[in-house]
Amino acid sequence: MQHLILLSLVLPLLGGLLMLLPPFNASRVRQRNFALVLSGAALLISALLLQQAQQGVIGVYALGDWAAPFGIVLVADRLSTLMLMLTSVLAFCSLLYTFGPRDEDGSFFQPLLQFQILGINGAFMTGDLFNLFVFFEILLIASYGLLMFGGGKTRTRAGLHYVILNLAGSAVFLFALGVMYGTLGTLNIADLAFKVQQVDPSEASLVRAGGLMLLIVFGLKAAMLPLQFWLPAAYAASTPAVAALFAIMTKVGIYAILRVFTVIFGDAAGPLSHIAGGWLWPLGLMTILIGAIGVLASQDLRRLTANLIIVSVGTLLAVIALERESATAAALYYLLHSTLISAGLFLLADLIARQRGKVGDRLVPGRGLGQNRLLGALFFIAAIAVIGMPPLSGFVGKALMLSAAKSVAEMSWLWPLVLGSSLVALITLSRAGSTLFWKQSGKPSEILRANPVQLLAVVLLLSMPLLLSVFGGPVTQMMAATAQQLHDVQGQIGSVLQPVTQLVEVK
Amino acid sequence: MEALYAFCVGVLTAAGVFLLLRGRTFPVVVGLTLLSYGVNLFLFATGRLNDGDAAVLGAGSDHADPLPQALVLTAIVIGFAMTAFVVILAMRARGDLGNDHVDGRVPEIVLDSEERN
Repeated sequence: MQHLILLSLVLPLLGGLLMLLPPFNASRVRQRNFALVLSGAALLISALLLQQAQQGVIGVYALGDWAAPFGIVLVADRLSTLMLMLTSVLAFCSLLYTFGPRDEDGSFFQPLLQFQILGINGAFMTGDLFNLFVFFEILLIASYGLLMFGGGKTRTRAGLHYVILNLAGSAVFLFALGVMYGTLGTLNIADLAFKVQQVDPSEASLVRAGGLMLLIVFGLKAAMLPLQFWLPAAYAASTPAVAALFAIMTKVGIYAILRVFTVIFGDAAGPLSHIAGGWLWPLGLMTILIGAIGVLASQDLRRLTANLIIVSVGTLLAVIALERESATAAALYYLLHSTLISAGLFLLADLIARQRGKVGDRLVPGRGLGQNRLLGALFFIAAIAVIGMPPLSGFVGKALMLSAAKSVAEMSWLWPLVLGSSLVALITLSRAGSTLFWKQSGKPSEILRANPVQLLAVVLLLSMPLLLSVFGGPVTQMMAATAQQLHDVQGQIGSVLQPVTQLVEVK
Repeated sequence: MEALYAFCVGVLTAAGVFLLLRGRTFPVVVGLTLLSYGVNLFLFATGRLNDGDAAVLGAGSDHADPLPQALVLTAIVIGFAMTAFVVILAMRARGDLGNDHVDGRVPEIVLDSEERN
């Protein structure tokens, strides 16, 4: 059973490679069906891992059986298995969506999707900063391919920005890793957390510089304020299934911020504890603001959704900046909700666009939709969840996050911005909904029906907020336990690093 | 040796960042390449600069830190693949967009009345 941890990486890797070979490479239908089997297996594996991690045991898989600070380890704790499960659900729904009429062209789409999943899973599972870099590169190179799938001017332009920015980000990442290794002599996250406690005061400022450089890189991935300009164009340009899967990509950055700045530079780090909070707090708040402005200015539904992602990223970063267990738990709940719902909105936007003919998802009056009531109802549910109105999980998440702010200063910044951005979302989504579904300039020329499998993908994603709020009690308990485990730095160090074994002198 | 090494890393990085901020794709790609050279040298130096150390444990009293070498090899391989990708992408963008500006259109430069004269 312990090899299950590795299987979550090996499965998409081998699956993706197999798809490039006969008999799969010739037939896209066969590739798709095989991918569905893989995705189902991935769901099962992540559910098992999540269930194991919920017992409170941190699963550590030492690759090649080399003990932790020397060898490479994969760590399956509550947080990483939770993110793994989220990725699997999202990947399953995105994959279902490719079963639709406008199948993504080319025989490399499904393999790229698998490599993308490999990169994301790896980034969540790794217990080592250099491997985090490697898995970042895997998920990035797959995402470059996926983003530009289908070609075209807008995709090329958005892709060029995305690729160049991320390459510059990788360079900064390597500089940061060099500084960390040069000063602390390790790159294993648990070992770093241990070494940073006894860092030489003369080198503390170097370590701080390295840590803050990591914040730049993860901020770029998460779309934090000065580094978020690539996101709306890139997400709005990609194909719908890809955009839905990309909803998890910003969360990879947020996960990395959580992991590095709670475990390595957390409570126990002495002079270097909480180095990120002072930066994250203002930047997160400003990200909410700029996201809200972007939401107001959006001319089409997909760009609107992309800007809503920026708002949710800003909210998450500001709450994480509180660096408190209850705040982390609230942020994790909201992270689940916002990832699933923004993916659902991207897919729904495509369903709507497809029935509107030429106007697509632009927010202008157009022909009526074939399934006005059905899609209207789905849009209504999605809008309520995104805005954060009861009874769906957006409300629960936002209420939890608001109550995580304790002092007056925190409340007076966080509350107006979170509530104000919700109001902006309410206004914009009402305007969008009434334009799309009520201001129609005529009957549809032919009754178009949504593909049932694609509809199933959207319904699955949109039912998640409902499930998250119906099972709100158990889920919030789970998040509290996850946050508690994450903040328990000594516990993590203890379970990842084996009791220090004596190094055998080699003669 | 340390000063010379640090100077090289600094110059490569500064040149890389300068070129990265240019408006056309070719200098940007060259800038990314220079930046990755700077990074690779920097990573290599994290194992401390010393010469004559044994590469294998037990072959001498001092031995070189093998990890930065492994890291830098990985970084070189990844950096090379990414550079190849971005070169192709830049050529594709030149074809699709009709020019080689990173924004896909060459900004019109508005001259002041003084400059015009």
